[in-house]
This record gives sequence, C-alpha cells and structure tokens, in this order.
Amino acid sequence: MSKIKLAIYLSAGCAGCEMALVDLSEKLIDALENIEIVWWTPTVVDLKYKDLENLEDKSIDVALVDGAVRLSEQEHVIKILRQKTKVLVAFGACAAMGGVPGLANFHKREELLETAYINTWSTDNPDGVLPQTEYDVNGSKLTLPEFYGEVKALHQVVDVDYFIGGCPPHHDHVAVAVEAIIKGELPPKGSWITSGKSVCDSCRRNPAQKGEIRKPIEKVRRTIEGTPDEECLLQQGYLCLGPVTQGDCGGSCPQVNIPCRGCGGPVAGKDFGARAVGALASLMTDEAVDEMLEKIPSLGKFLYRYSLPVSLINRKK
Amino acid sequence: MTRLEGHGKITIIMDENGNFADAYFQTVEFRGYEKFLAGLPIEEVPRTVSTICGVCRGVHHTAATKASDGVYGVEPTETAKKIRELFLNAHYVEDHAVILYALGLPDFVVGPEADPAERNLIGLVRRVGVDIAKEILKKRKCAVKIFELLGGKPIHPVAGLPGGWSKKIEENERQEIEKLAKELVELGQITLQIFEDVILKNEKYMELVTGDLYRTVLNYMGTVDDSERINYYDGVQKIVDTRGNEIGRFRGKEYLEYIAERVIPWSYMKFPYLKQLGWNDIRDGEGTSIYSVGPLPRLNVSEGMNTPLAQEHYEKMFEVLGEKPAHYILSFHWARAIELLNAAERVLELAQDESITNSDVRAELGEVTGEGVGILEAPRGTLIHHYKTDDRGIVEEANLIVATTHNNAAINLAIRNAAKKFVKNGEIDEKILNYVEMAFRPYDLCLACATHTLPGRMPIEIEVYDSEGMLYRRLRNF
Ligand code: SF4
Ligand code: SF4
Ligand code: SF4
Repeated sequence: MSKIKLAIYLSAGCAGCEMALVDLSEKLIDALENIEIVWWTPTVVDLKYKDLENLEDKSIDVALVDGAVRLSEQEHVIKILRQKTKVLVAFGACAAMGGVPGLANFHKREELLETAYINTWSTDNPDGVLPQTEYDVNGSKLTLPEFYGEVKALHQVVDVDYFIGGCPPHHDHVAVAVEAIIKGELPPKGSWITSGKSVCDSCRRNPAQKGEIRKPIEKVRRTIEGTPDEECLLQQGYLCLGPVTQGDCGGSCPQVNIPCRGCGGPVAGKDFGARAVGALASLMTDEAVDEMLEKIPSLGKFLYRYSLPVSLINRKK
Repeated sequence: MTRLEGHGKITIIMDENGNFADAYFQTVEFRGYEKFLAGLPIEEVPRTVSTICGVCRGVHHTAATKASDGVYGVEPTETAKKIRELFLNAHYVEDHAVILYALGLPDFVVGPEADPAERNLIGLVRRVGVDIAKEILKKRKCAVKIFELLGGKPIHPVAGLPGGWSKKIEENERQEIEKLAKELVELGQITLQIFEDVILKNEKYMELVTGDLYRTVLNYMGTVDDSERINYYDGVQKIVDTRGNEIGRFRGKEYLEYIAERVIPWSYMKFPYLKQLGWNDIRDGEGTSIYSVGPLPRLNVSEGMNTPLAQEHYEKMFEVLGEKPAHYILSFHWARAIELLNAAERVLELAQDESITNSDVRAELGEVTGEGVGILEAPRGTLIHHYKTDDRGIVEEANLIVATTHNNAAINLAIRNAAKKFVKNGEIDEKILNYVEMAFRPYDLCLACATHTLPGRMPIEIEVYDSEGMLYRRLRNF
C-alpha cells in the first residue's frame, strides 16, 4: 500500500490543534508508517509555499487545516490547498466554526483597533496613530497587511469535506480520526468525523447512567457560585452545554468540575447557540430563564464562544 | 505567491555602498482579544484567553486566573496556590523543552551555517541519535500528563477559578505526579549536559555566545521572591538598569506607573518602554528606556534560583559570562536550560509536599472589587493580564501585555545589531538570513501571543532595499 500523502496548514489559530497532533507522540510516529507528511507549514516541516504550488492538482490525499481565516494570504493558501487536495478537513473549532478568535465578529474592525492601540491603559499614543498598511520611514516604505473585517470558518471560503470539533480536538480523538483516514473508513462527504455522541453520553455525572432523568433547572449558577457536588452540573444550575455538544473529548471539563462550553461543536451540526438556547429553555423554569439573562448579560458571547462566524446572527455590520 | 502576512517580517535598508543603514522587525497580525472579552463573566476568561496561544496556553490561563482573584477580592487558599504553581512549573518544563530542542539547539548541534533543511528538530535528532531523542520526547510527555491531570484538558486548561482551582489532587495522583517529576528532573540534567557538551566545549560557539555580535545592552525585568530568587508564579517585579542597579519594583496594578507601550505605525505590535526613563526611541546602550524580559533577564535581576541543582548552574553561567547583568543574548538559551531544571526540581518539591492533597482548593469569594491584575513569569517573560469589570464581575475592559510584546524593541535591536555586522558591500546570502534569525531566536519569538506560530521554524521574510528604496533582495525561509 502506498503511503497516504498528508498536508497540514496553520491558518488563523493558536497552534493548539497542532500541539494536539504533537501530543500523539508514539502514535504519531507509528502513523508515519502509513502517512507521508508532504507539507506541514509554517510550523513543523520547513517547506516553502512554492513547494505546495508546484504539486499536481489532487496529489495530496488529505489536508488538515487548523485556524480560521482572517487574512487574504490565508484565504489564498487555503484555495491552493483545496486545489491540490482530495480530502480537506477543517480541524478543530476555529477551522470548523470560527473558534474563539471569531468572537471578534461581534465588533467592527475599527472598534478592535481603537481598543488595542488607543484606549488600553498602558498605551502611550499621544497622536492617536494606528498601524498603517503603508508607512514611510526615512524614505523607505514599510508595509503591513490589511486584515479582514470578519473572521470566517473554513467552509465559508472553500469546500470542506470533513469537520473535526474541539478546541483543540482531544489527542485520543485525533488518533481515532487519523486511523479512520488511514483505513479509508470515512463518513459521507460534508460530515463531522465524530462518535456522534454528546458530552453527556461520556459524562460520569449523567443522571441517565443511574437510570434517572435530569431534574428541571430552577436556579442558575455561575461557575463561581458554590462548589458543585458529584451530580449533573446542569441539574445544579451550572449552565453546562454538554447536552448539545459533541463529546469526542470524553467529557474533559465536567470531570474536573467545570461545565462544558461547547468547543466540540453542536451535536446535530447546526447553529450551536440556537440549539443550546432550545435545550436549556426546555429544562428551565421561567424564573430560571430570567435569572440566566440577568447573570449572563452577553449571552451571545457566552453561547457562541466557539462558533460565532457560522451562526445565524453572524456579525456586527 | 502573495507575500507572507501572518508572521514576522524583517526589512533591511542599505546605503549607497551596499552597507547596512537600518533594519526593522514588523509583526503583521492582530486579533483583538482586549475588545472581544468584554461581556464575559471574569471566571470564563481564563479558559478563553488560553487560546491566545496553543503553545504557552497555561500561562495565559494562570495569569487570568490570578487576575480573577483580584476581581473577587480574594486570596487563593494555600493548597490552590501550590497546585497552580505546580501546574505552571510543569508547563515550564514542557514549553522550555520544546523551544530548546526545536528552536535553540539546532543552530549549534547542527551548525549555524548548515542547510536550513537540516538545521531543525529532525536534523538535531539525527545528530544526537534516535535513542536519546526518544528518551527526551518521552520525558517531555511526562509534563504534558501532569498538565492534563491538573488542568482538565491537555491543551487549553479549564480548572483555574477565582480564589482557587476546580479540582483537588488525590493521594494516588500526587504519587503519580511525583514519579513523573523525577523524569522531568532527569530531562533538565540531560538538557544541560547536551548544552555543555555541544556549546561550552566548542570554542567557536563560545565566541558567538560571548562575543559582540549578539550583544544588546538593555534594562531587564523579572519576578523575584522575598529572598530575591526567581519565582515564576508570584512575587514582585524587579527592574534593573544596564549596569544592574535596581531602578524599580512593583506589584499588580502599579505596573502602569512603570510601563507604557508606544504605538508605532509600521507594526501591529506595540513597543513597551520604562515610563520613568521616558520614550527615547528604539535604541540600546546606557540610558535606554528599552528593557527585555525572559530567561536571561530573569537570571539577571535575581540573586539566584530557588532549587539547589539549578543554583549551581546559575553560578557557573555568570562566572563564564563574566558580567551581570549579562547582555549576551545567545545565553538566553543557556538560562532557559537552567530554568528547565529549576522548574522540574520545583515540580518535584511541590509533588513531595503531602499537604498539596488538602481539600481546601477554593476560597470563599469576597465582594466584587471590579478590578484585577494577574502578573506572572511566562517562559518567554513577564505576562500581564488586567481586567476591569462591573459590580457583578462582568468584564468591561481588558489590557494584556504579553512577553513577546515586552521584547518587541529588544528584538528589533538584536536584529539591527546583527544586520549591521553582516550586511556589507551589498553581499547578501542565505547564511546571513540565519545569522540574523539567530539574533531573534533567543527571544523565542512566540508571535502566537501577538499573532501565531509554533516552535518549528519561525517563518520570516527579509527584504533588503538599496539606498534608492528599490527592492534589492528578498530572502525567506518559507
Ligand atoms: S481550535 Fe482552539 S486549539 Fe485549535 S487553533 Fe483554534 S483556538 Fe487553537
Ligand atoms: S449536562 Fe454536563 S454535567 Fe450534566 S451530564 Fe451533561 S455533561 Fe455531564
Ligand atoms: S467538555 Fe465541552 S468544552 Fe470541555 S473539552 Fe469537552 S466539548 Fe470542549
């Protein structure tokens, strides 16, 4: 069997997804028996952009892209990668849904710049200058790229074959996904590579595991309020998003007494926040709903922490 | 292909004889965390800001957690403090190891003029041998295990809470951590041994380390404890001038009296400087208001390490360098190796403290004060997270100064000094690219914090312009 040709590209992300790959350690080394890394840029393997351009169309079997799309260069590289690749995977929350950096879409570009370069307390900027895309210093022109006013998920720029959630995906899930790719056991194009289970399914706090049903939520608690006991966090009023989140992490957060915030992506693959509101509202009393709105004023940011760019409410125009 | 945007860019300008005239290092991406965190409850911030960087995620998590203590007017419990410090030190070992083996050491082990295709982690593995390399990887993974056990997630941790930590350590977990910690101490010793064998015993390299080529004379800042020893998690920020005289000391919110950040139109990264000395441009030498942070500056401001093995190496380093503060920037790598051992020893000490399994991991929260500052030493240097909230603890404004930003001017100067030495008579080649790169690699340029990248090879583009402003050569490693 010839080796599977794999490419990896870090777009506008934090490199955490790539650290998850590195954390495969021995498994990664084993996988290299079946996988040939043809391009891993700009982080690990020192290959140049032109090496990618010179490849034949569709000569890469699988490409993983982590990070969202923020700059024109990123869009450009991704388009070329799409052309050269048979199977393109949006790897991790940023690529699949826009991720945390996508929260920027709640604000206009000007607001973001003004905060960082003028209003922050330690900033010394008497003349109110902002970074310029072209600037002349002693007769030489220094240039900076313009960044897009909006952060996008990968499929908003090119066709994507598969999605993997998680911020980042847990390395155990990465191992499962890599194996599926090697064996060619992939779901239909356009799907998420996932166990299809929710976080609750793998959560030891799940009342269903004891054959009980979850009690309705009468009170809403922020994570700082009290110390949770061993029961379901949601049932105790902590807004755990486990019921609507894909649980390929194995329930990492509830295991350390912290509610899930949805980094795995929505269970049914549609608008995460809308699903979360639906699920929470159906469990909550009216008083609890009011309490939630009062305790968490920016419910949008809270619920769309990993998925704003692909949401229905999308962005501030 | 379009020009590289998401990373760093160096521009060198030559005079009419083809000699160095000027050089600039620009950062070219921007993300806007300071704005979009507004509206989140402060306790949601630590797990959110870790995504500023997937490499040094643990330090953002911990600094924001410390800031959240302030917002709720609470001191974390003794046990929680120990857990946080243990977590941070394990993170140090893992992060410093990645940086040294992937970024710092290949220049020396493989050679500064070697083919760039060889001068990386893979070339390094070939030189030191697969067995040693595997051993190193396995030992580093021990730190990752501790990180996941305490933080909840293997990359972006979630366990830090105002006044404490979400999870207590069970006795069997403590024993497990203790075992892993012993491996980490060995990793520290192996690393310093490699450093000694490869660099200290090589005259040519020692000339690079202690020569004028990579020397910038600056002020330094770092955190020290009550006995003036380095502390990564907590202490007081100490600043010394170019001769080592103390010029300031601050805690928490007082940072605003000492540090200001200049905005320069040609970079997305601001330029911090020491406020009392006033902005006097990007220049080094006596009287400069530029300072740097990170492993070497920490050793420079302190009077020693808080663990015995690391202390021996600390003494040896300053003896060999022959000055304190040491201004030789390649010795950042040396300081980093010493810190790796120090952090490993600290993990072991904390893991052997049986009281770390106490169950008082969360303090009772006080009234919301509406403001919190979290300062700690990230592997790359001082990290400042500062938040203002409303009376319910909902974030209204934020200010973040990350290590790479503190070092922005220092990096510019290091590159300028190196380019000055290498750019002569219009002769520019690929070797120069690496010698210039070697000037910023000590700072472990994690633009992930301001932009993003992983310690592999920092993608960088160097453009050289002639005196007429025409592009003369473009060198790039991507
Ligand atoms: S999904 Fe999370 S870990 Fe991956 S790049 Fe985005 S922020 Fe980083
Ligand atoms: S709601 Fe949260 S705590 Fe409850 S079972 Fe689901 S994942 Fe577990
Ligand atoms: S529990 Fe939720 S937030 Fe935590 S890792 Fe899993 S999917 Fe992500």
